[in-house]
Amino acid sequence: MTSATEIDIRTEGVAAPANYLNINLGVRSWLLTTDHKRIGILYLWTILIFFVIASVAAALMRIELLTPQGDLVTSETYNKLFTTHGVLMVWFFLIPSIPAVLGNFVLPMMIGARDVAFPKLNLFSWYLFVAGGALTLWSLVRGGVDTGWTFYTPYSTTYANSHVISMAAGVFVAGFSSIITGMNFMTTTHKMRAPGLTWFRLPLFVWSLYATSLILVLATPVLAITLALMSVERFWGVGIFDPKLGGDPILFQHLFWFYSHPAVYIMILPGMGVISELITCFSRKRIFGYGFVAAASMAIAVLGFLVWGHHMFVSSQSIYAGMVFSVLSFLVAIPSAIKVFNWTATLHKGSVSFQTPMLYALGFIGLFTIGGMTGLFLATLAVDVHVHDSYFVIAHFHYIMVGGMVMAFMGGLHYWWPKITGRLYPEFAGKLAAMITFIGFNLTFFPQFILGYLGMPRRYHAYPPEFQVFNVLSTAGASILGIGYLLPLIYFLWSLKFGRVAGPNPWRATGLEWQTSSPPPKDNFERTPIVTDGPYAYSAEEDVDLNLASV
Amino acid sequence: MSILTSQVSDRPAFVAEQFDDIDQQRDAAKLGMWIFLATEVLFFGGLFLAYTIYRFTYGHVFVDASRRLDVVLGGTNTAVLLVSSLLMALGVRAAQLDHRRLLVRLLLGTAFLGCVFMSIKAVEYHNDFVEHLVPGAHFEWKGPDPHNAELFFWIYFAMTGLHAIHVTVGIGILLVLALLAWRGKFSGGNYSQIEITGLYWHFIDIVWVFLFPLLYLVGHR
Repeated sequence: MTSATEIDIRTEGVAAPANYLNINLGVRSWLLTTDHKRIGILYLWTILIFFVIASVAAALMRIELLTPQGDLVTSETYNKLFTTHGVLMVWFFLIPSIPAVLGNFVLPMMIGARDVAFPKLNLFSWYLFVAGGALTLWSLVRGGVDTGWTFYTPYSTTYANSHVISMAAGVFVAGFSSIITGMNFMTTTHKMRAPGLTWFRLPLFVWSLYATSLILVLATPVLAITLALMSVERFWGVGIFDPKLGGDPILFQHLFWFYSHPAVYIMILPGMGVISELITCFSRKRIFGYGFVAAASMAIAVLGFLVWGHHMFVSSQSIYAGMVFSVLSFLVAIPSAIKVFNWTATLHKGSVSFQTPMLYALGFIGLFTIGGMTGLFLATLAVDVHVHDSYFVIAHFHYIMVGGMVMAFMGGLHYWWPKITGRLYPEFAGKLAAMITFIGFNLTFFPQFILGYLGMPRRYHAYPPEFQVFNVLSTAGASILGIGYLLPLIYFLWSLKFGRVAGPNPWRATGLEWQTSSPPPKDNFERTPIVTDGPYAYSAEEDVDLNLASV
Repeated sequence: MSILTSQVSDRPAFVAEQFDDIDQQRDAAKLGMWIFLATEVLFFGGLFLAYTIYRFTYGHVFVDASRRLDVVLGGTNTAVLLVSSLLMALGVRAAQLDHRRLLVRLLLGTAFLGCVFMSIKAVEYHNDFVEHLVPGAHFEWKGPDPHNAELFFWIYFAMTGLHAIHVTVGIGILLVLALLAWRGKFSGGNYSQIEITGLYWHFIDIVWVFLFPLLYLVGHR
């Protein structure tokens, strides 16, 4: 498509020309924006920076692990690398990824609103996020932190010789950014829905964001107070986790995981929501069992608060508590399995087309299933004692967080990219990147299941020589995975200028966000929409050509 | 989903552009504040949990340590905060009825009582410091299990300190609102900010209502 035609399309349309991107220009208009769409893009750029830094840390670790000896970095540096990777990936990439980028961008449009309920707070949350990120990066520049992302006491309070307080402060500040986002989304979903958009007509992405927000609002403050108490104790020399005073360091673990286990669901629920959007659109079917999928999101959010003890099976926690936590953890598998079965059932007799977002969605289902099933191994008390703190755990949660959440994020980003930018990404390159990501991911993390089962512990920079073959496979996979992430970065940037103009609804999708122009006008809709039907009114018989690859 | 269109209704200037009308704006503000308060409950919750566990484990020492706190000053402070909440509630009413002067006075009165609370708290902290009750190198305890007593005072300072930060923030907000109210910002039904500040102030009050018996009264039968 030549650029001359693009200009034609742009200037020809009477209703389309003014959109949220060109309504005003310049750095100031971006830094002071209260438009949820622009704030979503601010978040996108910010988390990209953190993703790159955290990936470099991961790359250095994988290179170190190519050989059994510690030859690239010392053990202290290695400790700092995995702390950096964990802290940045969890709090500065995964948690804001889908909610703060895609959620911010599409949630108000999905419910037919002009903006979120509190646009200024929304912008404030981004500034808090940047401030928290800056504090964290500052502690990296000063020399890093070696506690692991978990900040366990008494190591963090007494023995660690690194910049624990400033990094904890960074996470604390970023936590309030999450809380504000959660509060904003919940209020928006309750109060800003378009006329006729009842709760059970909401797209499932909205349900999953609502469940996520519930966790953000109720769990994050516990992390905040825990990190604050830990930091004060480190600073003051005495505190409630201090065994000298009769305090209990294990209490820190309870409080930490009371947040951090639900946080795992912050890092997967929004992904599940995205998958529901993708599966329905690309199989041209209504979702199978809408109510169950929606309720499963809420069930996961609620159950997530009751299972934190499964991180502490070997922490001297009572065996009876361990048994209860084990059973409750098994229960989480039920709503998770409901979702997987319902997505699969949605595909049945659908008119399935394998566009890039769909490839990511199908990859998600497979990888999430492996991640979830191995989670059951870990929830089993006796098995966990064997594989605790081993690479089995690493592989398990990367299958959920990278194989699940990052795949869903990439799928969602490809799906809504035409809406966000008004341009289509190149379809062939997209499919290629999705395949490379899937292959690279499995090659990176599947060997780690075997490593962990054979007994290789996490967080060591050297290991016995018999583990080398799996580590080499894993590092090779990580290189492929890196290409899988680099490709989209290149073609997304390319598409901003050279991509084909998308039009309002390239996927022929039914969501409200697709019923307005691309990119949308500042107020999203010319007139407030009125909703008269449930979501996903697709028909498998209807002949829709979604094959954009030929372009 | 089929889409029809609807008109955006007429509204006063203080209704933000994302809302259709004043009721939606007011409801959203109130719900947002309630959600924030739920967050706050869990923020304090970590400390209440720590208190509960150690009170259960070191019950007798906690009772002894609690006796060293000044019940008269603590009790006075409880009364001060409760009265301030009354003034705040009346302030919300005054805002709803558009009584500008009364609203300004009540907001200033609430802030003033907040300051009284903080002053009394400062006197208490000073006394604790003089009596070597501040945890750390200077902590002194004559009775049995001095370390566990130190734990009690650590929790005491953490909980009342966190509460004091909230009171200070509240006073700041009240003073800004008083200034805005004096300029007439909250006339004509635009009282959302007064209302949600009221919710926040009552929350601070309720936290203290829990802190007072847990910290000051467990030693007194």
